[in-house]
Amino acid sequence: MIAITKREIASYFTSPLGYVFLAVFWGFSGLFLQIGCLRTGQSDMSVVFSMMFFIMMILIPILTMRTMADDKRQKTDQLTLTSPVSLFGIVAGKFLAAFAVFFSGVLITLVYALFLSEAVKDMGGEFAWAVFWGNFLGMLLMGGVFISIGIFISNLTENQMIAAIGSIGANIALCMFDVISTYIPNETAKNVINDLSVFYKYSEFTAGIFRLTNIIFFLSLIVIFNFLTMRTTERRRWS
Amino acid sequence: MIEVKNLSKRYGNKLAVDNISFKADEGEILGFLGPNGAGKSTTMNMLTGYLSCSGGSALINGIDVLEDPLGAKKDIGYLPEQPPLYLDMTVNEYLNFVYDLKRCKMPKRSHLGEIKTLTHIDEVENRVIRNLSKGYKQRVGLAQALVGNPNTLILDEPTVGLDPKQIIEIRSLIKKLGRNHTVILSSHILPEVQAVCDRIVVIDKGKLIANDTTENLSRSLSADHKLTVQIEGGEKEVTELLKQIPEMEEVHVCREVEPRVFEYELNAREGADVRREVFKRMAARNLPILLMRGSELTLEEIFLKLTTGDFYGNPEKEKEDDK
Repeated sequence: MIAITKREIASYFTSPLGYVFLAVFWGFSGLFLQIGCLRTGQSDMSVVFSMMFFIMMILIPILTMRTMADDKRQKTDQLTLTSPVSLFGIVAGKFLAAFAVFFSGVLITLVYALFLSEAVKDMGGEFAWAVFWGNFLGMLLMGGVFISIGIFISNLTENQMIAAIGSIGANIALCMFDVISTYIPNETAKNVINDLSVFYKYSEFTAGIFRLTNIIFFLSLIVIFNFLTMRTTERRRWS
Repeated sequence: MIEVKNLSKRYGNKLAVDNISFKADEGEILGFLGPNGAGKSTTMNMLTGYLSCSGGSALINGIDVLEDPLGAKKDIGYLPEQPPLYLDMTVNEYLNFVYDLKRCKMPKRSHLGEIKTLTHIDEVENRVIRNLSKGYKQRVGLAQALVGNPNTLILDEPTVGLDPKQIIEIRSLIKKLGRNHTVILSSHILPEVQAVCDRIVVIDKGKLIANDTTENLSRSLSADHKLTVQIEGGEKEVTELLKQIPEMEEVHVCREVEPRVFEYELNAREGADVRREVFKRMAARNLPILLMRGSELTLEEIFLKLTTGDFYGNPEKEKEDDK
């Protein structure tokens, strides 16, 4: 598993992919910081985090598009699948590698926060670290969900482009739950759909609401999609 | 040791591998022969656990690939048809990755160094695999299979894309490895199998149709005492003379190879050697024999005979071929 993670991380940075991802991620988060905090004189970074949701939705599929698809196209899966590594090790290795790159992207928000907290201190205020950490955790979990979806869809095709577009589509569909729920008159049905909505749960994080159920919800989504990736790989062996 | 028992693989309703069984012992090189689409690669993929089997079992050193995949895979070095190379890595990075992936415990540097020397890829060790020629890629693929010194090697067409000198090198390397490894090697190149392998398994359309040593295969198939001769002289006269030989059962005129030189296929009674008799009779009439060849079959002929169904004279098979 560690060998696969190491190789995957290295491959993100031998191609332009990792650099492009980080550049776009940092660029947009900086832009949102400018718009949401610096311009308006606010120290609450929640705007940055909630805006980044849409960037992640499109950017993470680019990060994950080749994880499985390229392995199949180059037939390198014949190496990994015939090595003494479990399927779990392969999928987890790829997930961790993508997550590590994503994590280094998210770390920039920590720099912003340190910067803002200093500025707030100068003005005699107090930076709301609890809200920041809630947001930070929310973003990591949300990214984890997008990554596991991306890897799952990448595993269904040999074509990177199809994997990317498919994952973006799937991510958008996940957010559509919210839109659908507003059209439903029945209160119970509305609640059920809202409870399944990823965006709704994420906006609770950015609103500073910290709920254990939300964390468990995101973690289960990550587990489910990684599990599905393993199952589809296994199914291909048996077909 | 590799043991395959009643192995089958079904894709939808197409039977790609149909109930094949064979065994390869330690220190044996087994040649895996068959026309395109015969199920060679599928079988190899099942042996290495890349594909599952629909029936039967494959045992590597007594460990079932399906029951204990991690345990079985530890002992296998696999070179698939298309070498599984990460094109964006250098040769060194790639071999290091494979080393880590296989969780080898040997001293890394010297072990990988040995393999690189063995497969002659020292000079490209720091180059990105994408930029290597096909021959080098193939050899990096072979090097990958040798990492961790597994005692079972499964090589799917290992010499494809190599130049003649490299082919000879790789063949002698495989022969050397065969002394203390179990090797299964598939190939289209029949002389290669003949030169390298101790035993040959022929499969066609998923079925095992022969499993024997190279010599035995050749002997059992050429027992029909056929001779091919080219004799200068009138076609009728020669045929007449040949037919007068007591043991002769059949004389068949094939074609005129040169003006007044005809090629004949002679079929004598089993066990009879008519070569001297043919010579004497032709010499007496002053008819020069320009060529005489026994029917000691080359592997190529064996292969064709087996896979086209001639050998067993199986009419059903021929019908299938027609389809």
